[in-house]
Amino acid sequence: MRLRKKIDRFAGITFFVNAVLAAGVLFGILLFLFSYGVRAFIPAPGTDPGDPESRPLTILGFLFGTVWNPDAYGKPHYGLIPLFLGSLLTTLIALTISVPLGIAGAIFIAERLTGWVRIGVKMVVELFAGFPSVVIGLFGLVVLAPLIARTFNLSSGLNLFTASIILAVMSLPTIISVSEDALRVVPHSYREAAYALGASPWTTAIKVILPAARSGILAAVMLGFGRAIGETMAVLMVAGNAPIIPRSLFDPVRTITTTLAIELGETAANSIHFFSLFALGFVLFVIALATNLIAESLIRREKRSFTL
Amino acid sequence: MNRTLPPPENYRRLNKKHFPSNIGFAILAIPLIIFILFIGFMVFYLFKNGINVISWKFLTQPPEKGMTAGGIFPCIIGTLYVTLISLLFSVPVGLFSGIYLAEYAPNNSITQVMRSSIRALAGIPSIVYGLFGVALFIRAFQIGLSVLASGLTLGLMSLPWIITTVEESITAIPNSFREGALALGATKWESIRRNVLPYAFPGILTGVLLAIARTVGETAPILFTGVTYFTRQIPRSPLEKFMALPYHIFVLATQHDQLTKVRPIAFATAVVLLIFVLGFDIIAFFTRMRFAATNKWQV
Repeated sequence: MRLRKKIDRFAGITFFVNAVLAAGVLFGILLFLFSYGVRAFIPAPGTDPGDPESRPLTILGFLFGTVWNPDAYGKPHYGLIPLFLGSLLTTLIALTISVPLGIAGAIFIAERLTGWVRIGVKMVVELFAGFPSVVIGLFGLVVLAPLIARTFNLSSGLNLFTASIILAVMSLPTIISVSEDALRVVPHSYREAAYALGASPWTTAIKVILPAARSGILAAVMLGFGRAIGETMAVLMVAGNAPIIPRSLFDPVRTITTTLAIELGETAANSIHFFSLFALGFVLFVIALATNLIAESLIRREKRSFTL
Repeated sequence: MNRTLPPPENYRRLNKKHFPSNIGFAILAIPLIIFILFIGFMVFYLFKNGINVISWKFLTQPPEKGMTAGGIFPCIIGTLYVTLISLLFSVPVGLFSGIYLAEYAPNNSITQVMRSSIRALAGIPSIVYGLFGVALFIRAFQIGLSVLASGLTLGLMSLPWIITTVEESITAIPNSFREGALALGATKWESIRRNVLPYAFPGILTGVLLAIARTVGETAPILFTGVTYFTRQIPRSPLEKFMALPYHIFVLATQHDQLTKVRPIAFATAVVLLIFVLGFDIIAFFTRMRFAATNKWQV
């Protein structure tokens, strides 16, 4: 009897400790990225303050610098702006393509599809969400990039536009699934009320169901944004990766994620360059975290608005 | 109150007669159809270009002649090895955390913070996990670039997915199951172990299978924690570097000096990886279908 009570207590404590550890990972990531990133901004002990290679960055210079060129001999530049713009532009162009298409698809699935067809379509969409990004990147590199180069008469198809299209395709499953969920949780009474007033199914879907699900759909857009801005490998393979501020849709582009993938393996440990990459990671982490927290509160708001 | 109304499927069918609406919905279907055709074309293209290279030898031999010939055996083993290590970490921790959140967690603000953090973790980009892996496993713990460091990094990344599915499948079990055991004098843990976990098992298995499918294809977290361009041997201990399928595709597609010559091998590797990923996804899908079919208590 005593033993059973002890085991019961032990089990409860084990579960609690594990849950605290799991939730603590978020704070661990925050702590590590911050403490490493911040070392790019403070002078390292034992280094020559006159040496430009080991001169710490300034916060303003990092946040608003327009040149990213850590390898420039004698005068390395660590400016966030080209990379941040790269991430933001690819993601925003991707979303202008994928948001309307994804919401249209979600309305169709939620309003028109039933039974096995619905299960099949949702399964294909969800399967694609799990496709490895290198495989999608390979396809983009070999099929899409040459196609775009030929269509627009460019010397290389590895550019902002191709990267955006790949990201649009990769964010579609997220947008479709989350929007469809948002449309599905709208109570039947909304639909019945619209039908009772003589509204057609189309009017009901577009003027009643869609507005009622707006915060859930906004959450879908946010999650699509998070998915696109955090994508690394596929973008790395199709974006051209020159760290410049793109002047046209067909310029190569370098995002925050791809900079990490390209440069972390090449830097000397404990150099300013090394720590500046953690500072980049910290920026990316904050963007992703904010996006997800907003999306989560939007989903909660939609659910709450339907429970009286 | 909803019980007196016709089920929504019925009036949806009635309303399929309204012609102008049907035109509108048909237009909405176009992007979805194009998307599905695109996915189909992509899979078809990869298989068409890769399937000829795949042979028994390709699956069981190491790469030869600067990766322009030979097989991908070390990559397959490396990927399976690193996935196994990630599971050894993420399944127990995920299971225990999920049980805590579903069965023990009090409804207070601390639990709210824990839930939100775990959900937020699912949205952190995989490359950030890679950075964290470098900081924690390579530098703080001094593990060294290895299968172990990569596996643990992948395990951290898949943890939130597993916790979420464990919590969901346990919460789906009705309270009467627990009460039956408690009424007979079982302790809380005994009631969970005998009357909850066995019935939640298919749901948990689904979550683990989906986690495997996504872990197998991840590249960014292993990039700086142990994956390597080329090694003839398969890793003998978890402290050695390894080759992996997704990284091999990346290397063959972008880093190799004879890009066009190795392209068929890149396609074939992509096909092998896709078969792994889709295989686990489809097993997970059928597990979930079976789970839904056998769970008669769910109305």
